[in-house]
Amino acid sequence: MAVFPRRRHAAVALAAAAALLVTAGCGGGNEPGDGKITLTVDVFGQFGYEQLYQDYMAANPDVKIVERGTGTNLDEYSPKLTQWLAAGRGAGDVVAIEEGLLVEYKANPANFVNLLDHGAADLKGNFLEWKWNAGLTADGKQLIGLGTDVGGIAICYRKDLFEKAGLPTERDAVSKLWPTWPDYITTGERFTAAKTGASFLDGATNTFNTILLQTAGNTTGYSYYDTSGNLVVDSNPSVRQAWDTTMDIIDSGLSGKYGSWSEEWVSAFKQSKFATIACPAWMTGVIEANAGTAAQGKWDIARVPGNGGNWGGSHLAVPKQSKHQAEAIELAKFLTSAKGQIGAFKAKGPLPSSPQALDDPAITGATNAYFSGAPVGAIFGTGAKSLKPVYMGPKNQAVRTEVENAVRTVELGQRSPAQGWTDAVSNAKKAAAK
Amino acid sequence: MTVQLDARPPVVPAPQRSSGRLSRLDTQLSPYLYIAPFFLLFAVFGVYPLAYTFWVSLHDWDLLGADHPFVGAENYTRLLADADFWHALVNTLGIFVISTVPQLLAALWMANLLNRGLRARTGWRMAVLVPNVTSTAAVAIVFGVIFGREFGMINWLLDLVGLDAIGWKSNRFASWVAISAMVDWRWTGYNALILLAAMQAIPRDLYEAAAIDGANRVRQFWSVTVPLLKPTIIFCAIIATIGGLQLFTEPRLFHSGTNPIRGGPMRESQTLTMYMFENAFAPHYNFGYGSAVAWLLFALIAIVAAVNVLLLRRLGGDRRQKGAAR
Repeated sequence: MAVFPRRRHAAVALAAAAALLVTAGCGGGNEPGDGKITLTVDVFGQFGYEQLYQDYMAANPDVKIVERGTGTNLDEYSPKLTQWLAAGRGAGDVVAIEEGLLVEYKANPANFVNLLDHGAADLKGNFLEWKWNAGLTADGKQLIGLGTDVGGIAICYRKDLFEKAGLPTERDAVSKLWPTWPDYITTGERFTAAKTGASFLDGATNTFNTILLQTAGNTTGYSYYDTSGNLVVDSNPSVRQAWDTTMDIIDSGLSGKYGSWSEEWVSAFKQSKFATIACPAWMTGVIEANAGTAAQGKWDIARVPGNGGNWGGSHLAVPKQSKHQAEAIELAKFLTSAKGQIGAFKAKGPLPSSPQALDDPAITGATNAYFSGAPVGAIFGTGAKSLKPVYMGPKNQAVRTEVENAVRTVELGQRSPAQGWTDAVSNAKKAAAK
Repeated sequence: MTVQLDARPPVVPAPQRSSGRLSRLDTQLSPYLYIAPFFLLFAVFGVYPLAYTFWVSLHDWDLLGADHPFVGAENYTRLLADADFWHALVNTLGIFVISTVPQLLAALWMANLLNRGLRARTGWRMAVLVPNVTSTAAVAIVFGVIFGREFGMINWLLDLVGLDAIGWKSNRFASWVAISAMVDWRWTGYNALILLAAMQAIPRDLYEAAAIDGANRVRQFWSVTVPLLKPTIIFCAIIATIGGLQLFTEPRLFHSGTNPIRGGPMRESQTLTMYMFENAFAPHYNFGYGSAVAWLLFALIAIVAAVNVLLLRRLGGDRRQKGAAR
């Protein structure tokens, strides 16, 4: 029995250690000792901030920056962020918010620092007007987030697969293949007929989103919700038109049916299983991350069928729960400055929302080595300043999910296009009511 | 027959001179103090969340919203009329049945094998537990890849033998089978060890007596082993019920890509816990509705566990005398 007291000591020591760990964990960003403030930045996908952090830390030796969530897809990121905000702890000091979710977060502005109280008003000229306005609450009194990037759409394609299929590979010639979406389908049919072992495009949902946001931007200016917040899935001609075009693409057997962001999608990138992908500016970083260095120089970028468009783009916000609000606001201002946006664009491709940055030679003259030296600045930047934003309604994310899922069921052959449309409309209405 | 090992409470000689009241208080109270930690923890981590969830379920509770108006039973009435809820319920029960039944039968068979005189017995016994030690996330991701539509191993094998590829993730029943395979792989060994422990407590002489009466191994198994294992089998069944009906990680990680919480574009393998998450968190952030799902799930587990117990009580019920003979 002599062992017993010693065991008890061990248990006490363990418990004490555990308690210490817990308190240390709750201590938040302050590391005792080096006197530095740790700022946590929460992102998803590829924001391209790594070098900017280094620059910022060099200029501000008392700040240490930790980034979380690179490569995470938005569907994993947004519930986490919402939980942190609801719980009142856990969120980073600077958090990225995607445009589709911004409306939901703006409905509860108390979760965020009002950047207008911290001198942000002076920065207004640094952002495209609509991008700035998107960060404001409905009454215009609170600025939730500073704009990072905007969409800008192109089509990224594999030169090697195009060559195999006997199609032109040079980017201007490829752009000429598809002035419109029906031409894109015709090209796809030529590609498919050549039997390269690859599909013409990755999956229908990405393309559907692109067509929808393009059509909506060029016509009504809204997609699933009109600007007064009514659900218009079944009455907005833009939605129906995007749906019908997507159904034609599926019907022509062009889709590889890889669900976007799934593991199979990533594998398909690696094994060059598809030749084209709808390509908002931020997608170039995703392609590079997924396809890897082996595919360097095999990709190129052509213009999108139809007439420009905007998909995606985010804002940086500072949650009220941050313990270092002042420092976090400074960091957010730095990352969204023209210099910051240029740095991010060079690293991972998100297109700046700052007119100064868009005019900067660093952008207008930018090329991307991974994409065969494509002049990405010119391709994405041209027309970026005249982009017409698409209004996102209160439950945009939930509704979009339903419609995308309906597209997916048709693509997988589980539903006919007519049944799929019925599902899309009824499920979207149900989701909007939740 | 066997030595009675249950120790009777030691008879403590009453201290003669010390304060009798204090020592009586001690004998009366200390047992409660000793078991108090469990009940305290249970109250904090069990009862309180349960009660709070119920409170939440009576409100229209936007996760980020500032006010949460009281709506009474509205969440429940809406939920009972919600086709997606019933769909998730059928999925959950379907996956539960096709995973739990083979799992417990396989565990019983495996335990019976391990109970024999095997070479390197301890090694085998450790080995069956290995799948359980692996992280669920890793298992789910590996199985998700094995059951992939295009690059998956199973479909590749099917292709080798000239069969059509199966859409493991987009066919409702196929996705149930794939997820059940995952669950079985992980939990069969665990249950086998529990059953094995119980088997070893069965006195050898019962088997000897049975052998003398002319019962072969199979007969011995069904007439001696299984009836005597009844309490343990009930225990395993209840644990499997709780685990099975709360299934989340496996089906969630089985699907990747956009909105995996739906378990496929048509909710092919969305379980109740996934449906709860979908409503309480992304993309709906309706905490009240999600909490209502949680409570109905709680009720469902209680019902299924009760049905299990009733069914298993009947298992070998006519051999009660033999059990009592111990």
